[in-house]
Amino acid sequence: MNPERIAELKEKARAVRLGIIEALGLEKRGHLGGSMSCADIVAALYFYKMRHDPKDRFMPDRDRFIMSKGHSVLAQYAALAEAGYFPKETLKKTKTLGCILQGHPERETPGVEANTGSLGQGLSIGIGMALGGRLDGLGYHTWVILGDGELAEGQVWEAVTAASAFKLDNLTAIVDMNGIQAVGKTCDRYDLGDIRGKFSAFGWKTFEIDGHDMTQIVRALDEASEVKGVPTAIIARTVKGKGVSFAENTHAYHNNLLTKEQQEQAVREILAM
Amino acid sequence: MLINLRTAYGEELLALAKENSRVVALDADLCGSTQSVVIEKNFPERYFEMGIGEQNMISVAAGLSLTGKIPFAHSFAVFASGRPFDQIRQSVCLPKLNVKIVGSSCGLSDFGDGATHQSFEDLATMRVLPGMTVFCPADAVETKWAVRQAAAIDGPVYIRLNRNDLPVLFDEKTPFETGKPLVVKEGSQVALVATGTMTAIAMEAAGLLETKGISARVIHLGTIKPLDTAALAKAVNGVRGIVTCEEHTIYGGLGSAVAEALCAAPLPMRMVGIQDRYGQSAVCYDELLVHYGLTKENIAAAAEKLL
Repeated sequence: MNPERIAELKEKARAVRLGIIEALGLEKRGHLGGSMSCADIVAALYFYKMRHDPKDRFMPDRDRFIMSKGHSVLAQYAALAEAGYFPKETLKKTKTLGCILQGHPERETPGVEANTGSLGQGLSIGIGMALGGRLDGLGYHTWVILGDGELAEGQVWEAVTAASAFKLDNLTAIVDMNGIQAVGKTCDRYDLGDIRGKFSAFGWKTFEIDGHDMTQIVRALDEASEVKGVPTAIIARTVKGKGVSFAENTHAYHNNLLTKEQQEQAVREILAM
Repeated sequence: MLINLRTAYGEELLALAKENSRVVALDADLCGSTQSVVIEKNFPERYFEMGIGEQNMISVAAGLSLTGKIPFAHSFAVFASGRPFDQIRQSVCLPKLNVKIVGSSCGLSDFGDGATHQSFEDLATMRVLPGMTVFCPADAVETKWAVRQAAAIDGPVYIRLNRNDLPVLFDEKTPFETGKPLVVKEGSQVALVATGTMTAIAMEAAGLLETKGISARVIHLGTIKPLDTAALAKAVNGVRGIVTCEEHTIYGGLGSAVAEALCAAPLPMRMVGIQDRYGQSAVCYDELLVHYGLTKENIAAAAEKLL
């Protein structure tokens, strides 16, 4: 891909990160860390890979996106606002009473395809969408972002076996492997071992990438969508809190408040990325 | 005349699927028992074998409904409602999705398999969910109606089905309506409000009471939720007390629903149901109904205590 397009996508990722800070606001706890770790992937999906149209939200052959790690929805809200699904000003009202932008994804939000937040269910919902698309002869692809901590949920592995049994090559799981769950490092708290090896052993075609390298991300998305006969998994090595130095590689900002000073610092650092 | 509820269910599901190509079926390795096998045989591309994984099955059904399908997801009642409760709440009911969950072999009807396979809690857990419709049909005719009604409702539905041959109580003229009580026998002194298999047994109890000079009205509630409170109050109007009859725990099921509905203008009540216990194996269904106090004699005795 040409460098200008990659540069454009990096600008979109920057806009997503700024949108996350906007949605987080002040005096509201929010899931900064996991939203920042998947921001580049979310930007690549919405502004490069997926067929979608905010003016025709329900077109039958749109690609589907599910944020199975629902707490990271701030990244999706920021991308949807940037894409024009709703006014950017709405981001400020995230998690306030009656707002379309709830603490976890709900279908009332334009552009959100499924309710998630109870971890471990998004990949199964994606399987249903992929099966429905195949039954109707529609060529869309279903993309599901999961957290690495989320993989402790047993239902994920029911879904991993099911997608393999149904040979769903129109489904891709993207694991945002930031290595940190709510209480600490996944390797310390609940070690999931070789995540890529597990997906491979279950019959998936797997890719492993740097989840902040836009060139690697778009190449993996392209390659995954071309695979035939088996589902695909992209294991993305990421940094929790990526772009905001005080939130990087710590569980402290998994779900936390920002002070005014921290907010200003976060914006400065994102603009300097 | 006796007709098996599972057979009736399968016939109607197949008829529905022939008319409506959006209807699809999922099962967790029990398609022969639940009768979802009729879809696999006739429309193999519209049947999804989900293996023994009920949680995944329910969320997959949610995903299918998001593509415009009308998924019917099947297992035994205890597994269909219990194992994936969170998936039913989060993936299906919260987003108001058009998923139909069919809980087969409910109550004590899987008599041989014992406590793990007998479901006394599903009416309670399913009716507590906002937006869920809960049907508990009494015979083959109503089972067929419930299949059609479930497909006509745009939202989540739970259908609770017995696995046995049961007496036919209704016919094609019976005016079933979601949420409405159906007076199946007139009577003046006491109301026997029953659901599912217990409606036929309540009819027998009314006969028994008649021999003792007591006039019992029998009211069938084929819908546990939503419940038309005003219609129920009207249906029980004039009696001195109510006996609720259910093949389900007395906590949270039909008895509770009736008590909640009538609490603003209460009548004396007794509840015939499972008394906070689990099931067990037996050589036949009737043996368990006797053991757990779900007979016409139990209902009649409860009614007599109210008078």
